[in-house]
Amino acid sequence: MSGSTATLGAMTTPAHPSPPGVPGAPAPDQRPHDPSAALSVRELWKRFGQKIAVSGVDLDVPAGSFYGLVGPNGAGKTTMLSMATGLLRPDFGAAWVHGVDLWAQPDQAKATLGVLPDGVRLFDRLTGRQLLTYAGMLRGMDKETVVDRTNDLLKAFDLGADADKFVVDYSAGMTKKIALGSAMIHAPRTLVLDEPFEAVDPVSAANIRDILKSYVAGGGTVIVSSHVMDLVQRMCDHVAVMAAGHVLAAGTVDEVRGEQSLEDRFVDLVGGRQHSEGLSWLRGS
Amino acid sequence: MVARFLTLKLTLMGNTFRKSVWQTIGMIVASLYALGVVGMLLAGVVALGFLGDPGWAGLAITLGGALAVLGWWIIPIFAFGVDATLDPQRFTTFAIPRRTLLTGLAVAGLVSVPGIATVLLAIGASFAWLTEPGVLLVSIVGAVLGIATCVLGSRAITTVLAPVLESRRYREVVAIVALVLIVMIGPLVSWLSNGVEVTVGSGSETSTGAQLLPLFEQVAGVVGWTPFGAAWSLGSMAHDGDWVGLVGRLAVALGTVGLTWLIWDRALGRALVSPPAGGGGESKAKGLGAFGRVPASPTWAVAARTATYWLRDPRYSGSIAVVPLLPVIMYFAGQSTGSFFMLLATGPFVGWILGFSISNDIGYDNTAFALHVSSGVDGRTDRWGRAIPMLVAGPLVTAATVLASVWVADSWHLTLPLLGLGLGSLLVSTGVSCAVSARLVYPVAKPGESPLKSPQGAAMATIVSQGIGFIVTVGLALPVFAVGIAAIVVGGLLWGIATLVVGLLYGTLILVLAVRFGARVYDRRLPELLQQVQSFP
Repeated sequence: MSGSTATLGAMTTPAHPSPPGVPGAPAPDQRPHDPSAALSVRELWKRFGQKIAVSGVDLDVPAGSFYGLVGPNGAGKTTMLSMATGLLRPDFGAAWVHGVDLWAQPDQAKATLGVLPDGVRLFDRLTGRQLLTYAGMLRGMDKETVVDRTNDLLKAFDLGADADKFVVDYSAGMTKKIALGSAMIHAPRTLVLDEPFEAVDPVSAANIRDILKSYVAGGGTVIVSSHVMDLVQRMCDHVAVMAAGHVLAAGTVDEVRGEQSLEDRFVDLVGGRQHSEGLSWLRGS
Repeated sequence: MVARFLTLKLTLMGNTFRKSVWQTIGMIVASLYALGVVGMLLAGVVALGFLGDPGWAGLAITLGGALAVLGWWIIPIFAFGVDATLDPQRFTTFAIPRRTLLTGLAVAGLVSVPGIATVLLAIGASFAWLTEPGVLLVSIVGAVLGIATCVLGSRAITTVLAPVLESRRYREVVAIVALVLIVMIGPLVSWLSNGVEVTVGSGSETSTGAQLLPLFEQVAGVVGWTPFGAAWSLGSMAHDGDWVGLVGRLAVALGTVGLTWLIWDRALGRALVSPPAGGGGESKAKGLGAFGRVPASPTWAVAARTATYWLRDPRYSGSIAVVPLLPVIMYFAGQSTGSFFMLLATGPFVGWILGFSISNDIGYDNTAFALHVSSGVDGRTDRWGRAIPMLVAGPLVTAATVLASVWVADSWHLTLPLLGLGLGSLLVSTGVSCAVSARLVYPVAKPGESPLKSPQGAAMATIVSQGIGFIVTVGLALPVFAVGIAAIVVGGLLWGIATLVVGLLYGTLILVLAVRFGARVYDRRLPELLQQVQSFP
């Protein structure tokens, strides 16, 4: 099944652009991973019961890029990111983080990763301040640095007033922000954020975008998954489109979208738009 | 409309059958059990009506009915969140007239195992008066009123208290209180029955039943005038020909039904326009707490987090609250046999149960455990971190229990062996927990849920995993037990010291080895552990 994603991508997009490091043409054998990439995955497979969630995904995220991962619900984005960050063991395939084999040397690889998983709880009986401290201490940081960075993060995410409240009493947006804070407290080289803007208010989202942009400008790599095309088009410089466990297209945003808007291109790739009359009876009289 | 509510409730029930085989089996077992209890009670009451004095049947119906009402009213306050299938909040967006909604919810409330059991029991018990058709009719009317009192009262109370019940702080307090009450039921019953035996025994020895009759009659006479018993006592009033009492109690019963309906109606009207505020309890904790007091290392971070959870998460603090009660329970349990053996065994038992209580830590973390996985926390860090608070607090609690028990039993010569046994079983069971919890994770109440609520379909996994933990602990603790028992049998200071030394040294050895084993397992299955907690229902 090797190269199936590229085949699919090539079928739907004849002029399929290639991101650096990934040859456009389907290769018979596994292509070597890109050691310079912040994240490089090869032939990732995962099956849950009857459903194949991720089937043979190859992806290279260049270091220093702001990478968007888009796809419809159930496309396998979360599963793929979990396997690329050490949260879920792949049935087959491998992932390299800055050239370190994640599943062979997990501790070394995880040290350079900051992860915001989607749909997991937090240790919510801790206060916001305690949770950030905990995340920092788990990474083996010394106390002074943890305290300083906790204060900085609380200020940056506008959580200063709620620092001593329990996370269980936070709103959905505040919870997202504190989780984001715990993902970046150890200043990782790469941030993998699954749906980071869900339930976050526009002002906080803008603040977070600024933080992420300056992080990328400083040499960091950010990978975000999102449903919001518009956001990805404005924020990211690279994008990959996933559907039904495959990567349909990947590259810089301009390469992927061509002449169209990213949203139109996405709909073209994924399909599923209804061109009917709509609901004829649904009329506000 | 009412029919639609009924079908909805039945569909929901049917769907739980489809969800898992174990749930279906659980449901069937619960139904059979309820049916058995109903059958036995019915047979008893009806037999009383036919064979014995019908007055007895009247008493039984009145008092039993009052208990049922009490149960319907009180239990939902403690068992919050256990059955919220027809939460009125879910119907807010549908334009249903409130009267229809109320009737629908009330009738649907009867479609459950306890609901059906109550209906069967209430109507069935009326047939104790089969020989007197007039009384039978009155009794059936009373039964219907009684059932209405049960359902309406229970709904009224939960709806009125809903704003309180929804606050996290209240839930936590109530959960702990309920847990303590349930644990105390045994001792309370034995204490009460002792008391009754004493009062009865002090009279003549003949026919305690006949002696108790006036007592029950008195109680039933009072209860019959209260909202709890009025409806149920109608039958016996008619049987006695006490028409004034009948009318008066009918008024009380009707008034109760009307009043609860009115209260529920009002409360629901208010609840539907003011959806749950969420949050509610503005509790805060200043500063870093335990995190500020431990050295900066991942292991100590895990320890600080574990300690914080012990105090702040009711699923843990509930079990802490139960530990001081264990000696009390053992005291009462041992009292009936007249020996202090049970009481003296409490120290080692507390040691074992403390260590055992961390045997499903990752299950309790639920998916928050993802933080450990993504942070690359290794097995040694995680295992020791979780064990440290237990190793700090556990010995103190165990020693205090041992000292208290030898003091009450006045057996100071057993202090050293019991200390050795207690600390030894604490260390061994802590170690076994550290090893087992890296391999066998089973679903428990989720964070924020009542600790009394055990997830359906998890019984098998729980039994297997706890059973294995128990067997391994007992097996590994055998050397300590052997020396300890020898010390108790032979006596003497030397044996006592030997038990203490063996308990401490051998226990520590097992702890270190077990933690090492657990850490290896943890490192090997880290992502699998996370996937396991993610797959919990």
